[in-house]
This record gives sequence, structure tokens and C-alpha cells, in this order.
Amino acid sequence: MNAKKTNRIAAGVIYFLVGIVILLLIGIIGNILITGVPHLSWHFLSSESSSFKAGGGIRDQLFNSLYLLLLTLLISLPIALGAAIYLAEYAPDNWFTQLIRTTIEILSSLPSIVVGLFGYLLFVVQFGLGFSILAGALALTFFNLPTLTSNIEEAIKGVPQTQREAGWALGLSNWKTIRGIVLPAALPGIITGVILSAGRVFGEAAALIYTAGQSGSTVDYSNWNIFSPTSFLNIMRPAETLAVHIWKVNTEGIIPDVNVVSAGTSALLVIVVIIFNFGARALGNWIYKRLTAAKIK
Amino acid sequence: MTYVMEAKNVKLKYGDFEALHGISLAFPAQKLTALIGPSGCGKSTFLRCLNRMNDDIDGINITGEILLEGKDIYNSHIDLVGLRKKVGMVFQQPTPFPFSVFDNVAYGLRIAGVKDKELIKQRVEESLKQAAIWSETKDSLQRSALAFSGGQQQRICIARALAIRPEVVLLDEPTSALDPISSAEIEETLMALKQKYTFIMVTHNLQQASRVSDQVAFLMNGELIESGSTQEMFLAPQKEITNNYLNGRFG
Repeated sequence: MNAKKTNRIAAGVIYFLVGIVILLLIGIIGNILITGVPHLSWHFLSSESSSFKAGGGIRDQLFNSLYLLLLTLLISLPIALGAAIYLAEYAPDNWFTQLIRTTIEILSSLPSIVVGLFGYLLFVVQFGLGFSILAGALALTFFNLPTLTSNIEEAIKGVPQTQREAGWALGLSNWKTIRGIVLPAALPGIITGVILSAGRVFGEAAALIYTAGQSGSTVDYSNWNIFSPTSFLNIMRPAETLAVHIWKVNTEGIIPDVNVVSAGTSALLVIVVIIFNFGARALGNWIYKRLTAAKIK
Repeated sequence: MTYVMEAKNVKLKYGDFEALHGISLAFPAQKLTALIGPSGCGKSTFLRCLNRMNDDIDGINITGEILLEGKDIYNSHIDLVGLRKKVGMVFQQPTPFPFSVFDNVAYGLRIAGVKDKELIKQRVEESLKQAAIWSETKDSLQRSALAFSGGQQQRICIARALAIRPEVVLLDEPTSALDPISSAEIEETLMALKQKYTFIMVTHNLQQASRVSDQVAFLMNGELIESGSTQEMFLAPQKEITNNYLNGRFG
């Protein structure tokens, strides 16, 4: 067989394999959107879910998902940022940092149901937090930290070494170089990393079933007292998220319109994650442009 | 002739490997000294000793003395920030920070604790003028420095180094990443700035060394083979090997 022919066959095989992947993706996302989008309505988004009757919405689940995500990021971002700065800038290359990296890798491949059960035993039972948004956010932090840390570490490592040297040459200390030059330069990458991991967190169900709980207690959106059990801001109340809701209505739901609710919820979930992904890219580009191109006052 | 900086028997080791075998060289004030030699001869390593940029490399050991205004910069009492304020540096690749032109040039001043806004403004303008980039940046000081061309970025970096009024500016192949026109502009800038500052420049470009330098030091395999005034070195070097290198018989 001559080289030209081999080349053509190899290219053909590669195109074929890529085609399978694209087809699968389009099939899954298309199916979810086609079956789900027709059920999305303002009523669906703005009304409470129903336990027995048809026609329930997902207002609380949507809010809970966003609120939980916000809390998770509030907890995990500072930790991940610190860890990533350490790993990228300070960590010497020895057995200890190797151990940290290996631990992070293992943690990131931990099945989320294991994270959920661990969170249940530690936060819900041991710390007595009960099924609560806080317990859920802590479990999601465990789930989120490894990915977030390595995303941020990559962004920081992507800043050219010459930038650091230029900082040192101006008489900046190592920390001032990192804070004043490296972090701003890595910002677009860091933000992209944060939003991408947010998409993962947003769709997570298994880690939340045993931590944030499922029972959608009555939520009062006009009650701003975070200590009140019915306040929407109370972090000690149990909270069902979109992903958990899909799981629940399908396994133990007795509402007659299970298919409608789960299809609509799935579509909403996918749409939000897609928005996150495109938003991450757009925001990253926008910030990069702000930092690099015309900003004429 | 007065000397701003003087290296005495500087040796540098990475672990067991000795990269510089005792280099002694004095740098005259308000002159440009060119460090030349084949790749890997240690000229950049030596240059980076002069503002202690090699300090953080694992297993490094530097002995000998480097005197700046009579004081050894490797003395443990020396303040690194203070040293680097006196000995600035410009790198091979332009290294503008991802900020506006103004903030780039003002950065060193702000770090040094200068609060007076008028003074900063005045110093930024002056430095940009000195680096011959004022006319191209004066209407877009708030534009990101990264939006400029390579040659312009390099001159912004020179302005940034000049803004803190250093005694000595180290140049590590400052034009090797630039096109010939930008290189020529940088050379002109350096010629003009020599009245005020002392430059020490590593370059691979022998013509450039002959055009802009006053003193030339030829290094090979970690050793200083010969140094002298540019004219002497190019017209009548003492050593055969220097003559061969300068005439392009090896490179």
C-alpha cells in the first residue's frame, strides 16, 4: 500500500470516529431539547412543584440550584485559588507535592455518590447540619475543588515565565509579582475555569441526594431573615435542586405528568449548562480584550 | 574613567557544574558594554548575576564579588528591591504587563512607594520620551501595552526600566526578537540614552555590538577571553581566538 492511500484511509477512519462522537452529542442534546423545550413556560419556571397533581413547576429547584452553586463557589474558590497558587508558584518538586497532586487526581475521579455519602456521614450526621443547603454546598465543594484547583493552576502556569522575571527585575517580591502581574494575566483563564466547573456543579445530583436533601419545604421569597426556617436564603433548610428533582420524580414521583416535568427540567438544566459554557468563553474573551486591547478613555 | 560596577572573580556553579570560571570585568559609567560570545558561553548567565536574577535557581552557588558603587551586591545585608531599582533589566522578549501603557511605566514607581500623582505622570512622560516611544503612545496611554507592536512593546519596557531611574540597565539580547527596522530604532534609542545611563548588553549580533558599544567583552565556555574598547577589539584584538570569532570564522 502506498503512503498516499494509507494517509487517505487513516484520515477516513478519524473522520468516521469524530462523526460518531458528534452524532451522539447532537442526538442526546437534540433529544433532550426537542422533548423538553415545548414544556418550558413561564408558568413552569415560576410555580412551585406539586406532589400529587399535574401542572407543577420548578421555581424552588431552579433557585436552589443557583443558590447552592453560589455558596459552593464562595467556599471553594478561595481554597482552590490558594492551592493553585501554591502548586503553580511555590511548590518544590518533591514527594510531598507529588502526593498532593496524586490526591487531587484521585479526588477528582471519586464517584459523586461516594462524595455524597461521605458528606452525609460527616456533615449531615457528625456535624449535625441535617439535610441542608450548607451540607450540600460542603459536599459540592469536595466534588468541585480538585477540578477547580487544576483549572486555576493551568491558567496560572500559562502565564509566561518572562512576565515573572520582568516583575522581579523591577524589584517586586515574589508575592507582589504573583498578585500584581501573574494573577491579572491569568484572570481570563481563571474565570473560564470557574464557570466550566460551575456547569459541572450545577448538574450534580448524586452528591446532593444525601446532603442537601429532597423535600422541598415551603420557601418564602419575601422572607429576608436568613435564620427563619422558611426564608429562601436560609442555608440550614433542605433544598432540592434541578438534577435531584429529575431523579426524584422519576424514581418516586407519583405526579401524573412525570414525563413532562422531567423532560422540561432536563432541558432547562442543559440550557443553563450550555449558557455557562458559552458564557465562560465570551467572558474570558471579553476580559482578555479588556486587558490586551483598546481601552481608550 | 569611573566604573559603576565591577565584577571580581565571579564563579557560578550549578551543583557540580561550573558555568562561569572566575570573571573579572569593570563597567565604565555612561558607556555601553557589549557581552559577546558563542551560544552557551555564559554571557546571559553572567548578565543575570549582575542583578541577582539567578538567585532562585536550585543548587546554584555564586562566589566572587560584584561591586556596585563599591558595595558587594551579594553581601547578605543588601536589599534585593533596592538593588534592582539601581540595576534595571530589559529582556529578549518584550515583557509588557497586561495593563495600560501608563500603568506599565508607572508600576515600578508605585511599587517603590511613590504616591505623588503629578510626579508619576511627569516621570512616565519623561521615560516614554527617553525611550523614544512618546509620540506613538501619548494619545493612547490608557491603551493596553499588549496592543502595540513588538518593537514598540520593547521600547515601553525600556521606558519602564528607566522610570525608576536606575544607574545601570541590563539588556539581554533586547533586539533579537524584533525585525530589523525596530532593532535599528532601539539601537538609536540606546545611543541617545548612553549619555545618562550605563548599559550592559548581551548580543549575538556582532555588527550591533560594533555599532552601539564602547566596550566589548568576549566570553567563551564560561571564561572571559578578552575585553577592551570596541575599536581595539574589532580592529586589533590581542588574541587569535577573539579575532577568529569577530571575523566570523566560528560562531
